[in-house]
Amino acid sequence: MVTFILNNELISTGKPTGSSLLDFIRYDMGLTGTKTGCREGDCGACTVLAGSLTGSTVVYRSTLSCLMPLGNAHGKHIVTIEGINTGHLSHIQHAMVDNGAIQCGFCTPGIVMSLVAESASARTTTAESAIAATAGNICRCTGYKSIRRAADAIADAMREKDTADPVRWLVENKQLPEYFLTIPERLASIPGLTETEDSGIMIAGGTDLMVRNADELAESDIVTLYDRKELKGIRVEGGRCIIGASVTISEAGESETLKKYIPEISSYIRLIASEPVRNMATIAGNIVNASPIGDITIILLALNAEVTTGGSRDSRTLPLRELFLGYKKLDLAAEEYIRCISFTYQPEPALFSFEKVSRRTHLDIASVNSAMHVVMNGDLIAGCHLSAGGVSPVPLYLEKTGAFLTGRPVSAEIVLQAYEVMQQEISPISDARGSAEYKRLLLRQLILAHFLKLFPEKINLSTVQL
Amino acid sequence: MNNPEAINHSTGSSNYLDDIPVLKNTLYGVIFGSPSAHGKITGLDLSAAMDTPGVHRIFTRRDIPGKNDIGGIISDETLFAEDEVHYRGQPVALVVADSEHNARKAARLIRIETDELEPVTDPRLAKEMGHLLIPSRTFRMGNVTTAWQECDYVIEGRADCGAQEHLYLETQGAYSYPADNGSIMIHSSTQSPTLVQRIAAKVLAVPMNRIEVDVARLGGAFGGKEDQATFVAVMTALAALLLQKPVKITLSRGDDMRMTGKRHPYNADFRIGLTSDYRIKAFSTVMYQNGGAAADLSPAIMERTLFHSTNAYFIPNTEVTVHSCRTNLPPNTAFRGFGAPQGMFVIEAAIAKAADELKIPARIIQQANFLRDNDVFPYGQVARDVNIGKCFAELDRVFNIGQLEREIADFNSRNTLYRKGMALMPICFGISFTNTSMNHARALVHIYQDGSIGISTGAVEMGQGVNLKLAQVAAGLFSVDPARVKIETTNTRRVANTSPTAASTGADLNGNALLIAGNKLIERLKDVAGQMLGCNPGDIALHEEKVFRNGAPTDITWEKLVRETFLRRVSLTENGHYATPVIFFDKSKEKGHPFAYHVYGTAIITVLLDCLRGIYNIEKVLIVHDFGNSLNPDIDRGQIEGGVIQGIGWMTMEEVLFNSRGRMLTDSLSTYKVPDIYSAPEILECRALETEGPGPAILKSKAIGEPPFMYGIGAYFALQNAIRSFNPSWKPDYDAPLTPEKVLMRLYNNK
Repeated sequence: MVTFILNNELISTGKPTGSSLLDFIRYDMGLTGTKTGCREGDCGACTVLAGSLTGSTVVYRSTLSCLMPLGNAHGKHIVTIEGINTGHLSHIQHAMVDNGAIQCGFCTPGIVMSLVAESASARTTTAESAIAATAGNICRCTGYKSIRRAADAIADAMREKDTADPVRWLVENKQLPEYFLTIPERLASIPGLTETEDSGIMIAGGTDLMVRNADELAESDIVTLYDRKELKGIRVEGGRCIIGASVTISEAGESETLKKYIPEISSYIRLIASEPVRNMATIAGNIVNASPIGDITIILLALNAEVTTGGSRDSRTLPLRELFLGYKKLDLAAEEYIRCISFTYQPEPALFSFEKVSRRTHLDIASVNSAMHVVMNGDLIAGCHLSAGGVSPVPLYLEKTGAFLTGRPVSAEIVLQAYEVMQQEISPISDARGSAEYKRLLLRQLILAHFLKLFPEKINLSTVQL
Repeated sequence: MNNPEAINHSTGSSNYLDDIPVLKNTLYGVIFGSPSAHGKITGLDLSAAMDTPGVHRIFTRRDIPGKNDIGGIISDETLFAEDEVHYRGQPVALVVADSEHNARKAARLIRIETDELEPVTDPRLAKEMGHLLIPSRTFRMGNVTTAWQECDYVIEGRADCGAQEHLYLETQGAYSYPADNGSIMIHSSTQSPTLVQRIAAKVLAVPMNRIEVDVARLGGAFGGKEDQATFVAVMTALAALLLQKPVKITLSRGDDMRMTGKRHPYNADFRIGLTSDYRIKAFSTVMYQNGGAAADLSPAIMERTLFHSTNAYFIPNTEVTVHSCRTNLPPNTAFRGFGAPQGMFVIEAAIAKAADELKIPARIIQQANFLRDNDVFPYGQVARDVNIGKCFAELDRVFNIGQLEREIADFNSRNTLYRKGMALMPICFGISFTNTSMNHARALVHIYQDGSIGISTGAVEMGQGVNLKLAQVAAGLFSVDPARVKIETTNTRRVANTSPTAASTGADLNGNALLIAGNKLIERLKDVAGQMLGCNPGDIALHEEKVFRNGAPTDITWEKLVRETFLRRVSLTENGHYATPVIFFDKSKEKGHPFAYHVYGTAIITVLLDCLRGIYNIEKVLIVHDFGNSLNPDIDRGQIEGGVIQGIGWMTMEEVLFNSRGRMLTDSLSTYKVPDIYSAPEILECRALETEGPGPAILKSKAIGEPPFMYGIGAYFALQNAIRSFNPSWKPDYDAPLTPEKVLMRLYNNK
């Protein structure tokens, strides 16, 4: 039985653990404020809060109920728009109404819930953070300018927020119903989910499988990986950074450990999916999805990462780049899963760059993405790991291009010569994300962007002949 | 005035179609669409699907008691495919089961065999093959043939623009159930309740009075639910009738994107002639409208293209032809602007190309040719109260166009990897359904004996704020607290024979009908007040919930007056009928006076282009718009902002792709991208032109829904100017949308 608190009600259900939380909310519980927009995590109309007990407090994050397998709700506080209403409009709802940020209203509950998640977070709420929180919510009516004005008003209303205990502050200021204060104790009394390794397909965040296999999963029980303690956490051991498989993209973006090594990590992470998807999607999920364009995979390839397997077979550790055998084909047996990912680490900034171009800058799949990690020895490149997505059947580690650059000085001429090597290594195809010709040109541009970012003084633009 | 709709939306308590509490024994439908874009059906095997647990029945064309005909304007479209399929996704069968999940599972087991025929997706090819939806039409004024000789410059070119998916957040849906006396109740997410009623009656072979259609609100529509909500609604009605059970269909996003039509892509050849003072002497164009497999609204959309092919310019010699081409794509349909954006894109492309060849900014040509009072449109209407020149002058006064141009030139001279571009986009948009007979509406007003007011009209609320505008009209007219006014659902039993809520006319037509009904009621209330006070009704006024006599308040409140009127057996219910005056159009001559008035405006759009990556931001959109005397500036501002960004999306980001077999490659939100919050322009400033407003507009507040969309066209040309600054050797082309891919390829073309 999956047990969780839905708004103010303890729920136990025997529905298949692979079925979607959205369907449960709307059609079993009749809570129709949560809307169905796309069922693929691309519109945000179904956004709810998922609160997890962390110590004695509950940490709330925005979550897409269409992508959340019911099993992942176990032990959590799930909050829908109905669960935040107090009988009067909250500052957030007022801001939306007063600033004309509501037209047809279909996207509104999702936007309100994204903003509630932001207000309940332990960070200072600014207009910018409020806007970022709603970046996964598509509105086809307003053109967003009014939502931005609402974000300004919300930031104003949240100025005094107690970031040490935001939920209590919201309750005390009548922005959330009082029952929120009873949730930590009530969640603590829910026992863990009982499931066995062979009770179904393994799912972590669900953000890919819940789209691809929705109908099959609706009838199936799953093995949940998302909340397993042994798969969580980012730590440093023996000069290596070890990331648990179920670390979410949000957690990676917030990691102080990673920030020391890649200071721009949070801005890179913002180019990946949207806040609620990042709250759900896991690092290992992005790898085993095996998309030739997985953003996290591209970053990890340039970090020359290794993966370590778990499951009923003997554990193995192999370079990430050797995991990909062909289009959507992995060197991973059915009974294996990824336990953790690791790479060489130092607590100081690396020469690292990630670039991504998509049709729309945010919440879109890349046309081409690329990452580069360089180690210098004086004026010479001592090591170069370069990766690119969208240019081959697999997320590509550009071994030859990296090898070509190694041992050479950084200059515009060398970059031009590296292009030639790179063009031999890639084999893009034309599809909805762009023509092969475009992808070749774009990767050239992104490699130049890496060098301009990391070595601005060494690349003379006039010699590159833009 | 508070918007009660918005408050309910913010708490999640507004019901949309799929939120209606379902009745016991409700069944769910999933449509089986053709996997082939063009073929003869040789076999249809439903057996495995029928054997799926939970399946009640599978409907095909054989089950239709009436006519298998859902064509709104012409009868060329079936509810279910007959012997041939004409586009991928064309409905072939409807599976009805105890759950949507089971219906979907069963639909996957349907096997269809077809003899494949070659699909045609290119409208030029379709024209060549003689595949036209309706006969082609041409608007002519002056004589282009002789005018070319008088031109100093004649420039020719080609301009193409792509489709656009509506992406209303609420997908198409309907819920029907049997009611008493053989009636069917249909809840439909439609802009056209009467169309649903009429077509359902035809398909079900029952009179229209046996079909009731009710619409509470739509989760976005933008034209996409004007004609294309019908097939879903009629299918639920058919199944409800034949099974005598409630039946609901909510299209999945993928089915919605694959089965329904889009904004029409257009391809065009143009020729423009100018004299040395940059006056446009002559303009001719031949446009190929990609209509898809059936007419749907294409004939009307083609007509609006013709009406707007010279945008806000006076061109003495014009000849504009549109071919409405039948292709093997889903029938393309209404979308905000309704053919006008495509027409305007062509004239703006022609001007841009001329400017490019003459090496002057396009603005010089635009400015030299603005329409003036008493100029004649190519369709014969004489232009009155022309505000385009005033809008431009105000735009220049407020925002200083010359200064903006200098700033951009300066930025471009100082930067290598980033360039800016700017464009001016004027608009002139005619208000009225171009089909004169549709320009009418009715309002039914009940004043209840407690003083509350219930109003029913033909207007459908879809986010455009028509309910709030109607409530404002009523509260103002009766001079009562707006809280007394309730706008009811749109229902064919309360208000019959309605036109769709479309063509930006919802508030004008229904608001004017409401005024007529309300004024009749006020007459009667004044009569009663006169009797109560023993004075002439002419001395009575209603003001802020009180009866005034000769300008002085009396102790008769609104509630007391209403109560007394009721007790005196005077009717507190009234019906108002409004038909737009003056308008007419003679199709045999292609001349007339089709529009009640025109909406004008001008916008400046500036973009910042990252020339390394080929990506861009829309920096500024600066607008002076002619609202007339805006009834609700907040709503109107929202329509401007939403319209502009949708227009920018059409021009820069949104791309519907089909392969050569007619399969849509962009049938999900992960492949079809619309603007997100970060795509919105950093600055969007809109100033109102101070004008009195035209008579036929509701309380002189001009229609607002569609016109702002076309400001977005400026984004194409602004971006193009930024590309030119980086790559002067590139010869501009006119092929929207200008996506990041096209931008990067053009930045490095010939380099």
